[in-house]
Amino acid sequence: MAKIVAVTGNEAVANALRQVNPDVCAAYPITPQTDMMQRFSGFVSDGKVKTEIILVESEHSSMSACVGASAAGGRVITATSSQGLALMNEILYIASGTRLPIVMPVVNRALSAPLNIHGDHSDAMGARDSGWIQLWSENAQEAYDNTIQAFRIAEHMDIRLPVMICLDGFIISHSIERIEYLEDEQVQNFVGEFKQLYPLLDLAHPVSYGPLILPDYYMEFRKAQAEVNTKVPEVVLDVAADFEKISGRKYGLFETYRLEDAEIGIVILNSAAGTTKDVIDEFRNKGIKAGLLKPRLYRPFPYVETGEALKHLKALCVLDRADSFGSSFSPVYMDIASSLYPYNDKPILINKIYGLGGRDYLPEHAEIVLNELIDIAETGNVKSYKEYIGVRE
Amino acid sequence: MKKIVFKRPESLKKEPFRYCPGCGHSLIHRLIAECIDSFGIRGKTIGIAPVGCAVFAYDYFNIDMIECAHGRPPAVATGIKRTRPDKIVFSYQGDGDLAAIGTAEIIHAANRGENISVFFINNANYGMTGGQMAPTTLLEQYTSTTRSGRKPEIHGYPLRIAELLSTIEGTSFVIRTAVNSHKNLMNTKRAIEKAFRYQIEDRGFSLVEILSQCPVGWKMSPEDSLKWVDETMSKIFPLGVYKDKFKEAD
Repeated sequence: MAKIVAVTGNEAVANALRQVNPDVCAAYPITPQTDMMQRFSGFVSDGKVKTEIILVESEHSSMSACVGASAAGGRVITATSSQGLALMNEILYIASGTRLPIVMPVVNRALSAPLNIHGDHSDAMGARDSGWIQLWSENAQEAYDNTIQAFRIAEHMDIRLPVMICLDGFIISHSIERIEYLEDEQVQNFVGEFKQLYPLLDLAHPVSYGPLILPDYYMEFRKAQAEVNTKVPEVVLDVAADFEKISGRKYGLFETYRLEDAEIGIVILNSAAGTTKDVIDEFRNKGIKAGLLKPRLYRPFPYVETGEALKHLKALCVLDRADSFGSSFSPVYMDIASSLYPYNDKPILINKIYGLGGRDYLPEHAEIVLNELIDIAETGNVKSYKEYIGVRE
Repeated sequence: MKKIVFKRPESLKKEPFRYCPGCGHSLIHRLIAECIDSFGIRGKTIGIAPVGCAVFAYDYFNIDMIECAHGRPPAVATGIKRTRPDKIVFSYQGDGDLAAIGTAEIIHAANRGENISVFFINNANYGMTGGQMAPTTLLEQYTSTTRSGRKPEIHGYPLRIAELLSTIEGTSFVIRTAVNSHKNLMNTKRAIEKAFRYQIEDRGFSLVEILSQCPVGWKMSPEDSLKWVDETMSKIFPLGVYKDKFKEAD
């Protein structure tokens, strides 16, 4: 029986990690993640998990400790935010290149400078090419569910890649919501026993991790890594199907909302999708065919499936809580544009940047965007392809 | 005419301190500001704000300041001082900043003997993030990540920064003080003065480690936290001068 509770996003994810009971956790505090790892360290102190916890001196060291623990054959977790993820950057590539199935919740927060502790996707966007799988979560329930599924995806024998679970800092990490917990036993059965693959110090099967590979084989190695990524979407869907059986909750590569017959649409990640869905309902009530697509598996990005889901629209706006300085458009926009490129008939695509550094995303912002899309769909005229919204000019 | 016996240093803004009741940061801010005033260097002093409780140091100090990434102030100070050697550069760092994430930077700035002044605030826990274990946490000390107390076999030992840096040849002045009594406040002020004076006289790297009470993180009343510095903390982190390369020259 599912247990219904009122908890914060951090608490929900910490509880998922407790239910999984990993072998090793390396932790270093950073707002707004701190409370998640602190709760987990409480589970360690209280003997509720058998996890070996390492309180390290920086995120560079926490991810390095995870690399060591995972290569040694453990089921390994950490969690971070913002500057912590940025500081890990070097080791993120080593974790994915070494094919270590580390699981890491990332509580999304803006990057310095200027220093800001609030919700923003710039941190995880900076890691989007690091070879990690990224699952994004609209609310505490999705963050909890994604965390449990992440272990199965990361540890799948065809995949063996690290996974980040992204949730919005403060908006989700610190807000209390109604969520449904699975039973501990259900979670443990779902994730199963951790299966080692080439652990260090297996004397019968000696291995070296991360050796120097020069031009002779480096490119073959990278191609193999790229090919593994192509297998991820299918595994994500298989795991989601199994998860539905125990939870009743359905997950895909992305979520569509009233999109099938829509003429205008919005693509938006994480918590702001919830606000947007409400506004879409209001527009639908007025007879306007609006819909939404919320990416879940953002890395590797399912280009074909996403393009298929969006190609019928007349006008589409990608709203991003991060910019990509120096490239003309924001991160998610560029992926959506790539997914639509093969089609001759495709929507007119515009880009809005919202909510940086925790700036509120309000229903009226979605209304402004939808009204603009109605106009574009009717006239074909675009006044601005990229714009910051909710900003002082 | 009334005689003014106590006034706000010019190097502090007219901004009320927002630190927790009983915290040592506001006292230390004031001592640093008084020293900047007394040397008449307000117009040429550049400060570095940490990541940690004192992240808003730039709201209080009435001088130019730069905020940099967690742990990196000694490297940033090096860059500022090498570019503007005529300026007085100090970093203000907590134990999460200096003794954890930034240990590489402090050791190498010290080893290069950079002509900077470092004020290191040791409160034996990560205050800002909610009282987690720091490298400076005492054995058996309760923190939010060591609920059964710090255990050496799992968490290691309290890291003694003043002792560690005093072994590095590049350092000139290394001292540990506290701000839990009038006497200790006066000693701390003298130490801060000396750290600035050595920089003004091109005598190289100074570090003043200041034991600072953290009643909220330690789960104590402000009064008990003052006693804890004397009775417990300073037993592990003894106060005193650990190195003074120019003592005889003085």
